[in-house]
Amino acid sequence: MSEKKTKRRDFLFTATTAVGAVGAAAVVWPMIDQMNPDASVKALASTEVDVSSLTPGNTLTVLWRGKPVFIRRRTQEEIDEARAVKMEDLIHPEKDEDRAKNPEWLVMLGVCTHLGCVPLNDKGDYNGWFCPCHGSHYDTSGRIRKGPAPWNMEVPKYEFVDAKTIKIG
Amino acid sequence: MSDHDYRPKSKVGQWFNDRLPLLTLANHLTDYPTPKNLNYWWTFGGILTFCLITQIVTGLTLAMHYIAHADMAFESVEHIMRDVNYGWLIRYIHANGASMFFLAVYIHIFRSLFYGSYKAPREIIWIIGIIIYLLMMAAAFMGYVLPWGQMSFWGATVITNLFSAIPLVGEGIVTWLWGGYSVDNPTLTRFFTLHYLIPFLILGLVVLHIWALHVPGNNNPVGIDIKKPSKDTVPFHPYIVIKDGFALLMFMIVFAFFVFYAPNILGHADNYIEANPMVTPAHIVPEWYLLPFYAILRSVPDKLLGVVAMLSAILILAVLPWLDTSKIRSAVFRPLYKQFYWILVADVLILGYVGAMPAEGLYLLIARVATAYYFLHFLVILPVLGFKEKTLPVPLSIAEPVLGGSPNLAAARNKESKIE
Repeated sequence: MSEKKTKRRDFLFTATTAVGAVGAAAVVWPMIDQMNPDASVKALASTEVDVSSLTPGNTLTVLWRGKPVFIRRRTQEEIDEARAVKMEDLIHPEKDEDRAKNPEWLVMLGVCTHLGCVPLNDKGDYNGWFCPCHGSHYDTSGRIRKGPAPWNMEVPKYEFVDAKTIKIG
Repeated sequence: MSDHDYRPKSKVGQWFNDRLPLLTLANHLTDYPTPKNLNYWWTFGGILTFCLITQIVTGLTLAMHYIAHADMAFESVEHIMRDVNYGWLIRYIHANGASMFFLAVYIHIFRSLFYGSYKAPREIIWIIGIIIYLLMMAAAFMGYVLPWGQMSFWGATVITNLFSAIPLVGEGIVTWLWGGYSVDNPTLTRFFTLHYLIPFLILGLVVLHIWALHVPGNNNPVGIDIKKPSKDTVPFHPYIVIKDGFALLMFMIVFAFFVFYAPNILGHADNYIEANPMVTPAHIVPEWYLLPFYAILRSVPDKLLGVVAMLSAILILAVLPWLDTSKIRSAVFRPLYKQFYWILVADVLILGYVGAMPAEGLYLLIARVATAYYFLHFLVILPVLGFKEKTLPVPLSIAEPVLGGSPNLAAARNKESKIE
């Protein structure tokens, strides 16, 4: 058997396999991507909330994209407590000033960053939130202080449309 | 195996068997030489087959009435319970059947651990078994989500969030699994589809599991290789069939007790509250059969490492044939292993108990110690034991200790060879 013939066969074999693999991947991708959020799910991207009835020291919980969002109107005490924390003491260092642009209003996803439970208000060792599932403690800025959660509760994109309405998303 | 030269008696049988040798297969299964000393711990293979078929049959009938939609699932389950003829019975059999299935599989697995059934030449049987076990957990988890109660919803949320521990792509994977930004209708419909599919995958793997078993034949309580067929074996039918049947009857009494007298004792009251994404139940716990792994997850204070530890605790079983360095299979002849075996059983039971308790204080400490010991058993004790342990003399055949009857082993073996 000559060298040349073997090489020609090898080339055909490799080329056929490569084209076959690309074809298979092109067919598999739609089957995988169909599981991603569909157009109707994505369409529910933003929600507007009337917060005029909220008094300081209270929290409103609204549903956005199937997840609870905490809107907390904080008391001066809570703001002071959150702003006094040193960055070194934080597991996931974030300034309260960055999390709550308007210090009176804290808006964040009410979802524990550990495994997604809804933390309870005014509970835990840091006067903020406490997750009943696996014991994560959050402070008055929603930052993780103790427990298995790796990150602070997420602050979604939001804005004040007017003095009493917040648009989330 | 004497069945390769099998010929059916009837002309029609011969005609059919020449074209599709199903009768040869049936003959192999009835004549299959089985060690004559198999005890009742060996009856759980048959019991598990019964459990699988029960789940498939009751699952099919439930699927005729269940509606996989976030707005209707909870009500359709209540409709099954209240309106559908015998719906309550079928659903209670299915729900408790899952628990019975796991009860049997844990006994089956721990039987293998005691008698060393995972060792050469049975590694493939063992690994297929572990894959079946993983699929069972997936099926049970997804099935538990379908009634769309509070535990369904939050169990689904917690378990799918395990994937968010994966660096970089974790969040994307979770969104993909959900088909949205939280557990919702798209999640429910795909879980229903997969819950329907998995039992049939398990059925296929069970066929491979039994096929792989029939190559070397059954292990046995003495854990030695035996000649087949010989005076150490009996044909599967009728000997093992009758024994399996009797054990199955006993098992069904336990099964029926749960179905008829305590159908909700293994479930959670919270699951009779419809799913509410705004409120997490105060105390989320998985079903009892997942508790030991849940305890391992919670005992590690880091999210990613906790998930890694939990998965490792299951996957470590797949490499067990290579972690156990002892050549002797049965714990009967391994005095040290026998003790460590029972410590492991206690360790897993303790993990299960603390898994059901809040993760704090003493419970957390116990969970951490038990988790450490679990890995110590597989990664340190088993490999070292194979070299250090002084094992007891193993008989040459199953019949030897009986027919020999003499404390003088050499004499007994002489006698044995004369009988043959």
